[in-house]
Amino acid sequence: MTIRIKKDKTSPGLLRTVEKLADVDLSVCFQCKKCDSGCPVSNLTGAPPSEILRRLHLCAGNELLASDLVWMCVSCETCFVRCPMGIDIPSVIDALRGLAVEQKTPAPEGNMPLFNRVFLKTVEMFGRTYDLGMIVAHKIGTKTYMKDAEKFPGMLRKRKIALLPPRGADRKMVKRIFDSVRRAKEKQK
Amino acid sequence: MKYAYYPGCASDSTAREQHASCSAVARALGIDLTEIEGWTCCGTTPAHQTDRVLSASLPAANLARAQKMGLDVVVTCAACYSMLKMANYEVLRHPKIREHVGEALGHDYDGSVRVRHFVEVLLEDVEIDRIKKALKRSLNGLKVACYYGCLLVRPPEVNRFDNPENPVSLDRLVTAIGGESLDWPHKVECCGGALSLTRSDVVVKLSDAVLTMARAAGAECVAVACPMCQINLDLRQSDIKKETGRDHNLPIIYITQLLGLCLGISADKLGLEKLMVSPERIVQRLT
Repeated sequence: MTIRIKKDKTSPGLLRTVEKLADVDLSVCFQCKKCDSGCPVSNLTGAPPSEILRRLHLCAGNELLASDLVWMCVSCETCFVRCPMGIDIPSVIDALRGLAVEQKTPAPEGNMPLFNRVFLKTVEMFGRTYDLGMIVAHKIGTKTYMKDAEKFPGMLRKRKIALLPPRGADRKMVKRIFDSVRRAKEKQK
Repeated sequence: MKYAYYPGCASDSTAREQHASCSAVARALGIDLTEIEGWTCCGTTPAHQTDRVLSASLPAANLARAQKMGLDVVVTCAACYSMLKMANYEVLRHPKIREHVGEALGHDYDGSVRVRHFVEVLLEDVEIDRIKKALKRSLNGLKVACYYGCLLVRPPEVNRFDNPENPVSLDRLVTAIGGESLDWPHKVECCGGALSLTRSDVVVKLSDAVLTMARAAGAECVAVACPMCQINLDLRQSDIKKETGRDHNLPIIYITQLLGLCLGISADKLGLEKLMVSPERIVQRLT
């Protein structure tokens, strides 16, 4: 990998913020690249996990949030299991995701941030996930109406996906949790 | 044997057959699964990608309910399993997170409720000998690739489920019911589940790699214990065929469905008809 750094780069970048959010010490990474070897998407991404960590060491700023691994990471935790220094890399990626949403980084291919939002919205509304509702909302948001459309008749016939929203959950508790998390976030700002 | 049962959201949608087969197997083996009343979503990937307190609080709400029941929690979904265990881990390790979770729930939760996967209950509490005694049929040497995926085994400090690189829990069950569990290298590779809807191009590549390896090992079916692995590997076979020309035609079947068949439970009670790739030829193989 070649990492280019601007000559006048003096700001510490995202390193400390990410370390704090993810509760990790990234200085222990010695670039053995075991994380890349086990990563199921490292050959599909522009920058594998070790490069993300190195860029952080080298004071990368918000430009790092546009790396495709930030949203292509499958959260499989293999890198974490195999890291000889025990770095919780999935939490680093989660921290970068949080920052990407906060900074309103342009939506990545497949728009995972939208998926997360509509998923959590159905949870907040019904107390449990409502697959069909969230799929429709994601399709509208990404204008991918025909993607996987051929699968639904068979799934519905087999009742492999629920048609109606779920019932029976303690919705008040879930609402309470979401409200509390929102309040805490606002207070931080 | 009595447990607080957390079915998880998929039990009412994409994994009804896992819920049905797990309940039927539990009944047949004298395991009492009492559903946690009013249980709510664990938040899964979208929660942990969004906020650390949210991703601990959503599972903790259910653990707190189970605590009132005074029972261990039993889970069938690997994603729920991992989220519930992670919530305990976070609350126990970080007083600050415990405090925030307490604020969110309206009461303190101490992180002490024991969380177990149904497979662990089968192996540790029921035990192989008792399962063997209850068998009515055998898999008759069926070649099974046991697939664990990610969230059952990782991260090991949190889950403490079997060996994270070479787990054998499902293999032990398959062997006990007369199947041949295959030695193959993709037991814990990821199928891409988290990207199921958003990046199916990535999912097709990852699932294809898993299924290609299973077939190379001689598998007649793949046994799973996670709804995300199941639907991904099952549903995406048509896309894999379209994009690569490889027609895997491998039934992806829940371990509880295989076990249920051998306990003499009928195919319809186990929801076998819900699988996209028909498991008919497996049922035919049984003796």
